Amino acid sequence: MRSDRNVLVLGAICGATLTLCGHGSPTAAQELAISCGAVGQELALCQEGVAAWSEQSGVPVTVVSTPNSSSERLALYQQILASGSGDIDVYQVDVIWPGILGTHFVDLGADFDEEVMSAYFPSLVQNNTVNGELKMIPWFTDVGLLYYRADLLEQYGHEPPTTWEELTAAAEEIQAAERAAGNSRMQGLVFQGNAYEGLTCNALEWVYSYGGGTIVDEAGEVTINNPEAVAALDEAAGWIGTISPQGVLAYQEEEARGVFQAGHSVFMRNWPYAWALANADDSPVKDKVGVVALPKGGADGQRTGVLGGWNLAVSKYSDMQEEAVELVAYLTSYEEQKRRAIEGAYNPTITALYEDPQVLDANPFFGELYDTFVNAVARPSSVTGTRYNQVSTEFWNAVHATLNGTVTAEQSLAQLERRLDRLARNW
Amino acid sequence: MARRETELTRQRLRSAWLFLTPMIVVLLMVAGWPLARTIALSFTDANLADLQARQFVGLLNYEFLMTDPDWWRSVWNTVFFTVVSVSIETVLGLMIALALHEHFKGRGLLRAAILIPWAIPTVVSAQMWRWMFNDVYGVINEIMLFVGLTSEPWAWLADPQLSMAAVIAVDVWKTTPFMALLILAGLQMLPQDCYENARIDGVHPVTTFFRVTLPLLKPALLVAIIFRTLDALRMFDLVYVMQGNKVDTMTMSIYARQQLVDFQDVGYGSAAATLVFMIIAVFTVIYLTAGGVGREEKA
Repeated sequence: MRSDRNVLVLGAICGATLTLCGHGSPTAAQELAISCGAVGQELALCQEGVAAWSEQSGVPVTVVSTPNSSSERLALYQQILASGSGDIDVYQVDVIWPGILGTHFVDLGADFDEEVMSAYFPSLVQNNTVNGELKMIPWFTDVGLLYYRADLLEQYGHEPPTTWEELTAAAEEIQAAERAAGNSRMQGLVFQGNAYEGLTCNALEWVYSYGGGTIVDEAGEVTINNPEAVAALDEAAGWIGTISPQGVLAYQEEEARGVFQAGHSVFMRNWPYAWALANADDSPVKDKVGVVALPKGGADGQRTGVLGGWNLAVSKYSDMQEEAVELVAYLTSYEEQKRRAIEGAYNPTITALYEDPQVLDANPFFGELYDTFVNAVARPSSVTGTRYNQVSTEFWNAVHATLNGTVTAEQSLAQLERRLDRLARNW
Repeated sequence: MARRETELTRQRLRSAWLFLTPMIVVLLMVAGWPLARTIALSFTDANLADLQARQFVGLLNYEFLMTDPDWWRSVWNTVFFTVVSVSIETVLGLMIALALHEHFKGRGLLRAAILIPWAIPTVVSAQMWRWMFNDVYGVINEIMLFVGLTSEPWAWLADPQLSMAAVIAVDVWKTTPFMALLILAGLQMLPQDCYENARIDGVHPVTTFFRVTLPLLKPALLVAIIFRTLDALRMFDLVYVMQGNKVDTMTMSIYARQQLVDFQDVGYGSAAATLVFMIIAVFTVIYLTAGGVGREEKA
């Protein structure tokens, strides 16, 4: 009762003297908010890093967790940013979004000059620069990798595959043998097959590894309807129901990791973050996992992975841009990236960290796969600009329909080409 | 005589308007204004990134919409979903309502218990079902394998046909209680003398149901079906949580949202939203005329 009356009284005072109340809540206005991803141990690592800066600077920071699906996260950001809201000051932004969201972020070029940025991967800095303005600072980079069960490959006398054909053969053999031995849930390969941005990454890797290009080339021409791309999708469609469960068509990163980490799959396509989790103490496959670059398509193909990764950007609508920039500088610094690499296998965006002995000790594959990280294939987000999302949606829908057997690869890519050509008038 | 009547009518009309005005103002603000704005935006090329810089493009958005197979796919999905799920819910709801209408021990408790699926927030139950339908660790496949219904786990969420079946099953689970409750309310208002006559005449209970209960229940049943149909036609949350933007199960609302938010194409998305509104309006008119709802009092 008493507290009720106090609230009423306070309300009355507030109503009478509006200015007093605007002033009365300084803590809320002085707080920074950062959005972090929550895939695997992402959120915990982000919270630790943010807490360390918060202690050092004395500025309280709230960590907002966002949806796991990158498509969902983009939709959320678009709604917040389109309304000009300053609720979130620092955004964790995907490498493919500079064209879509760039207008909402401040130019960081003054705080991060060329000398500072020369320590980072040049390709990422270039990707994050829109019309000469540096919109976001690379935080961690990602590339699609092939995880395999080293113990099973050794047991059945296989080397890590270098072509998709080898992978298919090895997966078929081991899956059949393991199932016959009583491991009825054994699968050959799991990947991200749900109809979302992750499928675009997976499918682009198949297509590119067969020499089928990047959907849209650098000049903006739609190139997806070619025999190599058809061959790549035919190969992948053949996996469904044989070495991959049909349910893979509903998997995102975490579902695939769930199956692989529980010991139910020989191979998995995933991002580097899965390494630390697969080798954690509570993981059933600890010390049984190996990782290599993704296979190539046929003898003339190319081993590659799609470039992923996340950046930090400061919202134009933030009331505390100065503090927000400081937080970004701290989180993307050498020391903080080193900590994240060792604890979570998050790939640094600073080249020198790939020679750091402690980092290499925790992630032996960083050194071996350095070239894969540097040469990762980018999705056509720069050339398609604000239309990228539509291009990607059309692509993953076409691939999804092929994988679930609704249409053949040939039909679906011809149809996709027509749809993309229509969109191409706008980029 | 006639003059006094008009005076009275006028006075009654005036007070009726007085009572209605607040409601009309609120409706215009929360429903009329957004609707008008959506329709207006549907004739422009507005973009979410910068809503101010929009231009009038006439019927261009509607032209594109009419030729987009994905749109027609989503219309078909929505209608299919609505017809199948509402039919099943009506039959099941009617059966449950008839059972609950009888007197037995623990009836109150049971009535409260069947409402639980309806009370759980859709997003929560949809996610819950999503996990239960999972092909590797889902409990539904586990049960089917255990009972021997199948030897291979089914990919409920990935197979185009099964995923629609899964969505409909969850919707039936969730909204049958609502249907049952509405029908039960109707049952309890039925006049008892008809039943007594039927009993005295020795009519078979099944005949009583089809000749007495069903005709008397028709108005209540129609209201319940209309409610559910309108609800199902704008289906969004359940399908979106379980299936996302997949074309196999995409409804009209999901299509409109994807255009509006994912593609930032406010103009085109508004055109889709306007068509959703019009399709629902058409369904309502058909129901109201065919069912004769609102005419019972005069008859």
